[in-house]
Amino acid sequence: MFDNPELAKLLFGRLTWEAIPYHEPILLVTFVVVAIVGLVILGALTYFRAWGPLWRDWVTSIDHKKIGVMYVVLGLVMLLRGFADAIMMRAQQAIAFGDSIGYLSPHHYDQIFTAHGVIMIFFVAMPLVTGLMNFVVPLQIGARDVAFPFLNNFSFWMTVCGAGLLMMSLFVGEFARTGWLAYPPLSGLAASPDVGVDYYIWSLQVAGIGTLLSGVNLIVTIVKMRAPGMGLMQMPVFTWTALCTNVLIVVAFPVLTAVLALLALDRYVGTNFFTNDLGGNPMIYVNLIWIWGHPEVYILILPAFGIFSEVVSTFCGKKLFGYASMVYATVVITILSYLVWLHHFFTMGSGASVNSFFGITTMVISIPTGAKIFNWLFTMYRGRIRFEVPMLWTIGFMITFVIGGMTGVLLAVPPADFVLHNSLFLIAHFHNVIIGGVLFGLMAGISYWFPKAFGYKLDPFWGKCSFWFWLVGFYFAFMPLYVLGLMGVTRRVSHFDDPSLQIWFQFAAFGAVLIALGIGSFIVQLVVSFTRRESLRDITGDPWNGRTLEWSTPSPPPVYNFAFTPRIHDRDAWYDMKRHGYVRPLEGFIPIHMPKNTAAGFVLAVLSAICAFALIWHMWLVASIFFVVVIVAAIVHTFNYQRDLHIPAAEVIRTEAARTQLLSTHV
Amino acid sequence: MTSIKKIRGVISLSWPLLLSGCGLIVLSPPGDVASQQGRLVIASTLLMLLIIVPVIVLILVFAWRYRQSNTEAVYTPDWDHSIQLELVIWAAPLLVVIALGALTWIGTHTLDPYRPLTRIDGQRSVPMDTRPLRIEVVALDWKWLFIYPDQGIAVVNELAAPVDVPIVFKITSSTVMNSFYVPALAGQIYAMPGMETTLHAVVNHPGDYEGFSANYSGAGFSHMRFTFRGVSDSDFERWVKTVKAGGNALGRGDYLQLERPSEREPVRRYAAVAPDLYDAIVNRCVEPGKLCIRDMMALDEQRGLGLATIRNANKLEFAGVCTASNPSGKPLTLVDRN
Repeated sequence: MFDNPELAKLLFGRLTWEAIPYHEPILLVTFVVVAIVGLVILGALTYFRAWGPLWRDWVTSIDHKKIGVMYVVLGLVMLLRGFADAIMMRAQQAIAFGDSIGYLSPHHYDQIFTAHGVIMIFFVAMPLVTGLMNFVVPLQIGARDVAFPFLNNFSFWMTVCGAGLLMMSLFVGEFARTGWLAYPPLSGLAASPDVGVDYYIWSLQVAGIGTLLSGVNLIVTIVKMRAPGMGLMQMPVFTWTALCTNVLIVVAFPVLTAVLALLALDRYVGTNFFTNDLGGNPMIYVNLIWIWGHPEVYILILPAFGIFSEVVSTFCGKKLFGYASMVYATVVITILSYLVWLHHFFTMGSGASVNSFFGITTMVISIPTGAKIFNWLFTMYRGRIRFEVPMLWTIGFMITFVIGGMTGVLLAVPPADFVLHNSLFLIAHFHNVIIGGVLFGLMAGISYWFPKAFGYKLDPFWGKCSFWFWLVGFYFAFMPLYVLGLMGVTRRVSHFDDPSLQIWFQFAAFGAVLIALGIGSFIVQLVVSFTRRESLRDITGDPWNGRTLEWSTPSPPPVYNFAFTPRIHDRDAWYDMKRHGYVRPLEGFIPIHMPKNTAAGFVLAVLSAICAFALIWHMWLVASIFFVVVIVAAIVHTFNYQRDLHIPAAEVIRTEAARTQLLSTHV
Repeated sequence: MTSIKKIRGVISLSWPLLLSGCGLIVLSPPGDVASQQGRLVIASTLLMLLIIVPVIVLILVFAWRYRQSNTEAVYTPDWDHSIQLELVIWAAPLLVVIALGALTWIGTHTLDPYRPLTRIDGQRSVPMDTRPLRIEVVALDWKWLFIYPDQGIAVVNELAAPVDVPIVFKITSSTVMNSFYVPALAGQIYAMPGMETTLHAVVNHPGDYEGFSANYSGAGFSHMRFTFRGVSDSDFERWVKTVKAGGNALGRGDYLQLERPSEREPVRRYAAVAPDLYDAIVNRCVEPGKLCIRDMMALDEQRGLGLATIRNANKLEFAGVCTASNPSGKPLTLVDRN
């Protein structure tokens, strides 16, 4: 077959053996390690006969709780990859001075910083945020699942396939060398003719469909499926932030899809939207991508704000201070996040009035954000603060985030931005808010809701280790970058001549090592908690003396979440129920109608990924076939009428009786 | 009173020295524009610290005071609202933002890179009849070309300017986006192909300062650096003479050669430059026979001359269009692609 170049080209496009990076020792070793780990996992699955359960209970599951857990697992796995990139960059910058060129060529280094940004935003932060929303929101609003359970499964697998495509670029071909937003003309065909940018485009397009659909799904869930009595102003704050985030997703992600589609057209069919010649204008791309990109950071931070609100209120044993202003602040941020995109490129040379407008709108966002900080602060005021792990993350967040917020407002002053734009000061700023805000929030959320998902708490000792390593590591890693930024050092540089800078990069590298220990402690925490799960067991379903509805269910909740749809009378619904002597219903159970598992989501996503892979490598025949197959498969799925699962009353009675017994033995 | 003033004077004098001693060039640069920007960084930070510091202190105080084991502290589990407090927590950030917004509006307009300088430094304004030094900047893969149109010279990876003379940079790029940044001189501005940006600046102390691209532009980006020399008037004239004595000229052909990607380029000096070279670079028509953006836009403005153009796409010669570069409207000379 390979003897016939015409046929090989028809089938394989530009994919040849040359695409496998044998000559890169780092990649080769990585590949061997990944292959060994992969084989061990496959072997273990076979040995423990886990394939069947894996397929039936997880891959094809449309249960929002399992999909939520799988999203979080995806996010954590990708965190390891994204962090490996980070520590490689830190190591390179700590040693590449003067005569030493470091251990990474620009060719490799430029792929690493691009991949780091793309992975951390799209495949770590997004899946973790979506996962927590998926798991928590239906439980918080008293629903049995999301509005479109099949769509939920499909969204998840599209996200996985996007991540899979990106990971494939490590061993087949290469990734983009353009920075995480792939600005043209650098990402255009003239400057980047190879497959890197195509991997970028198609992995984001595939994952983007998943994100968009999951946004639609959660909006409908929150708007239509709240338990009776839960008006909008009775919703838990996390649900509020989830609603706003998903509105942002639904409005912003189509812009990303469109702008990447235009870039793809430039690269595939020779249009001139963003080229230098023939009327193209690359700066339109920069505008469009930030019209998506700025709301994107609020997509990430709003749910984190929601998590902190839940955590603060629970661990201070107090109602959240200023619920209404919290909600209005969230909504104001949602709207304002569309009016600030230009602050990412003041240096493009817009006039002073345009720059001032966008600078001031940016500052205005700090007003509702500041109000939120004060709300958490006054929730702590006259509370009884329990310093459990989620609360530690929250305090760490509050202190770290105000610093990041301050440097952010500073960067919103255009003349200040002119001297700090693209510098390491900027890098320090957004890691300050994304680690100090989003990541701390996600870690708080994971340790807060873990017992709900698995039925036992996470080990607090290793949780505290993880927290302190992350916190101290963050300051060591990023405070030196603020200093370097003020010394006029710019980002994405792989080699330096000025030896006086080196000490700061070495501090930063040390910080990265501390963060590595933080991640390590978290993994140890998961293992230790699993082995000690009997002593950490959560019997009551309410391990933290919680306030919202999810804590009224057993841990882990049954498939149907609530045997009876709860009726809501107050904002902190479960706290209110507990206070009024709520008694669990013990009889009168009726059959419950639930959706049935389906493989369609998984199948469609894999077919789409194959189509995308074929497009990346210009395998036109394969791409066309799979494109048609995806469409046909989607149509065939619409004829699947076996979508209902009726849980008989007897099974509900059995499940609930088992819980009654468990509760009675552990009074 | 006087002693306080003295202390304040010492602090305000030693502040820049202290900062430059740490190498924080962004906060204490020798150019007046950058130094105003640096001061704005400091002023904004101080303004925000007014609210940030109390918040951080309160977080720590509340966290300690209301810890669970401190049973003496007041505990009000149902207290969740206070109109007065809510007014304060919205008003306090609002006031800071109003102050900062005013600072921003004024600062952005006075430090607009497009705005001609009105002062040389804090004490001196620009004399009425001053003609700024014109420098045309072209970001190439991966080096910098500086054209001095008034002196008729060009230099690669080296930039010199006399102290206390306003400079106006016209900035563009050949292929991909870069950002022209000399931290000692003034804030950065993007260099974009087919487009032109402007930057006004002045250097107040002689010395050699670093300049570079602040926007990632591909493989050779890390070494896309040059030296900016702030020199006295006489030294500048001597420097121009040396460059002129060099003998090499930069014609369009030489430019196309120079434009090709290369890394770690040494300084090159050109005694003469093709007169319309920079203009052709901005209009992306250095290559012979390529339609300039300006002319293409003029054609587009006349709706591409309608169906005739479509039918005769490769015979555009008959299109006699009045454009800036072709004021008489004589037929454009285009390469017939057949």
